[in-house]
Amino acid sequence: MAAISIRNLVKRYSDGFPAVNDVSLEIADGEFVILVGPSGCGKSTLLRMIVGLEDITSGDLLIGGERMNQKAPRDRNLAMVFQNYALYPHLTVFENIAFPMRLKNVPNEEVTKRVNEAADLLQLTEHLQRKPAHLSGGQRQRVAMGRAIVRKADAFLFDEPLSNLDAKLRGQMRTEIARLQHQLGTTTVYVTHDQTEAMTLGDRIAVLRKGLLQQVGSARQLYEEPVNLFVAGFIGSPPMNFLPGRFKNGQVETPFGTVSAAGPRLSKVGDRELVILGLRPEHFEDVRLVDATKRAQGKTFTAEVDVTEWLGSQLYAYVPYDAPSEVESQLEELERELDSEQMRTQLVVALDAASRIRSGGRAELWFDPERMHVFDAASGENLTRDPDRVFELDEIERPVEAEIQAADKTEAASESKETPEKA
Amino acid sequence: MADRKVSNWWTFWGVLILVWALFPLLWMVSLSFKDPATFRSSTPTFFPKTWVWDNYKTVFTDSLFTSALRNSVFIAVIATGLAVIIAMFAAYAIARMNFPGKKLLLSMALAIAMFPQAALVGPLFNMWRNLGIYDTWIGLIIPYLTFALPLSIWTMSAFFRQIPWEMEQAAQVDGATAWQAFRKVIIPLAAPGVFTTAILTFFFCWNEFLLAISLTSTDRARTVPAALSFFTGASQFQSPITYIMAASVVVTIPVVILVLVFQRRIMAGLTAGAVKG
Ligand SMILES: Nc1ncnc2c1ncn2[C@@H]1O[C@H](COP(=O)(O)OP(=O)(O)OP(=O)(O)O)[C@@H](O)[C@H]1O
Ligand SMILES: [Mg+2]
Repeated sequence: MAAISIRNLVKRYSDGFPAVNDVSLEIADGEFVILVGPSGCGKSTLLRMIVGLEDITSGDLLIGGERMNQKAPRDRNLAMVFQNYALYPHLTVFENIAFPMRLKNVPNEEVTKRVNEAADLLQLTEHLQRKPAHLSGGQRQRVAMGRAIVRKADAFLFDEPLSNLDAKLRGQMRTEIARLQHQLGTTTVYVTHDQTEAMTLGDRIAVLRKGLLQQVGSARQLYEEPVNLFVAGFIGSPPMNFLPGRFKNGQVETPFGTVSAAGPRLSKVGDRELVILGLRPEHFEDVRLVDATKRAQGKTFTAEVDVTEWLGSQLYAYVPYDAPSEVESQLEELERELDSEQMRTQLVVALDAASRIRSGGRAELWFDPERMHVFDAASGENLTRDPDRVFELDEIERPVEAEIQAADKTEAASESKETPEKA
Repeated sequence: MADRKVSNWWTFWGVLILVWALFPLLWMVSLSFKDPATFRSSTPTFFPKTWVWDNYKTVFTDSLFTSALRNSVFIAVIATGLAVIIAMFAAYAIARMNFPGKKLLLSMALAIAMFPQAALVGPLFNMWRNLGIYDTWIGLIIPYLTFALPLSIWTMSAFFRQIPWEMEQAAQVDGATAWQAFRKVIIPLAAPGVFTTAILTFFFCWNEFLLAISLTSTDRARTVPAALSFFTGASQFQSPITYIMAASVVVTIPVVILVLVFQRRIMAGLTAGAVKG
């Protein structure tokens, strides 16, 4: 077990392309860190630099306080689970799991003991004598995990280990990985581009974009206090709504009318010609379900509701609007980068399930301007971010059980969301 | 109904091709069992009237054949073994590593494979005599290696290229040295390729005639294909055909056995299940 320090790591491929650009990240002993980002942002490259399969162009990599830049993979004592498992097809499941120990000439009884322990933990006992070709996807995945855990490695590295599995199995394996990691307490770096995995699995999430580290923090920190437009748009499902806005004389002009900018968050912004306002779907509410005292603090507006989706626990309403040309290009680029299917010219609103709003009518909606994020239109920087609040969120230490339960809830929410969207 | 017709059609063609291919073989076997004194009777039959083992007895008591058989076995086995080992390393380097002159090496190998052997016979003959390796095993093994290696390298590097990179990377992360990864993961996965190459090389050495007859002069190194042409009958009035046929049957047997034994290995897609299918 060991801490991993990544200091100003750069990877430049032979064609000069900087796949990882000056990334610094301290991973504590026993911590579970997730690397997320859109396709091609350098997640795998960073992971492969840690494990030693990719040369480091510049910067330092320390594992357990020791500089590892020049060490061969076998001297780093790390275990890696590849995206397509990379099991040895000519060996049985038993020998696959035993392989790292065989290389170290571990005595036979010890090998048998440890393989059996791992097989027990991963429910592979009855498959030990079979060949990988005859196993299901989930079983192969578990064999790959088994091979990683028998090593007593200093850290586990996972590169999208669940992306080859179907949705149901993915959910199962996700909880299994979380359980295993808590049980073993091994430092873990986990690459994914799956929202749910990112939000639920790790202690901290590191968001990468085009080789640059954007933000590192707990899921809650990234969700509530994103540093920029990119992180705000990447974390959360359905994603944050982005709208154009204008700050003028202590007032914010939004597409739904003008609101006061006097609150502690908005007052920080000051006068600005053009900004991008970020509102999470759940920041909106059906005005009839908001009690009168709260109603006065927020802004009520009337909107044309295109489609509604009632999910039992929530009601999604889609409100079309015209994006003004000034911010259109910025938002379009963001959309492309995030691979999102979300159309930026409609607002997604998550209302209380008790709401009576129906498709194709006008509705009275309410939102609290003080919860709004304000982003610089050019740089995308979050102007309302409160570093102290980030610090507070950092302090929240939840017990393990609560974390897993929270994970399950988020998963249920995101999965129930998926189905109606396709329909 | 239609299905049966189609399958009958296939059977018909299969049998036809089998007969076509087997006929010379059967004729060879049949001749080898005929009585050398009387096989040219005025009423020829396809199968011998009386089956005799005389030809085989003669062949195996003839030192011309037994020493040729010994030479053939050792030369073919040694050349094959060397070719496979050398080709394995060369093919691995070509498939996995980048080094200057790789393209040149590959095209040279191909050029050698296409080089007409007959053009080399004269120069080799002179050179071997000067070097003192004319009519020795090594004198045959060296040119056999030269001609077998290009093809072996090409076949094996094709096999190595099919093995996912990740197999090796996984082994390295698991703690293997480059050599261990090669020996414990790459070679077992490339086994079908190794067997294919070995068998092709063995057949080439086993059947080679031109170099064998040009670079040998005595029992010391003459291989069976070359020796067959030196067969005479029991007396000079007898035709040696039946003996030659018996000898041919004897040298064909290992080939048939090899193919039957390794058929499965050659075909097996051993990499199945390495990655998600
Ligand atoms: N061998 C290579 N040579 C040159 N460029 C490469 C090489 N491997 C990767 N890249 C580039 O580096 C960038 C990062 O690649 P990487 O595989 O790390 O992305 P990723 O974040 O893992 O993406 P994905 O989610 O699709 O797996 C990509 O833009 C890719 O084109
Ligand atoms: Mg990747």
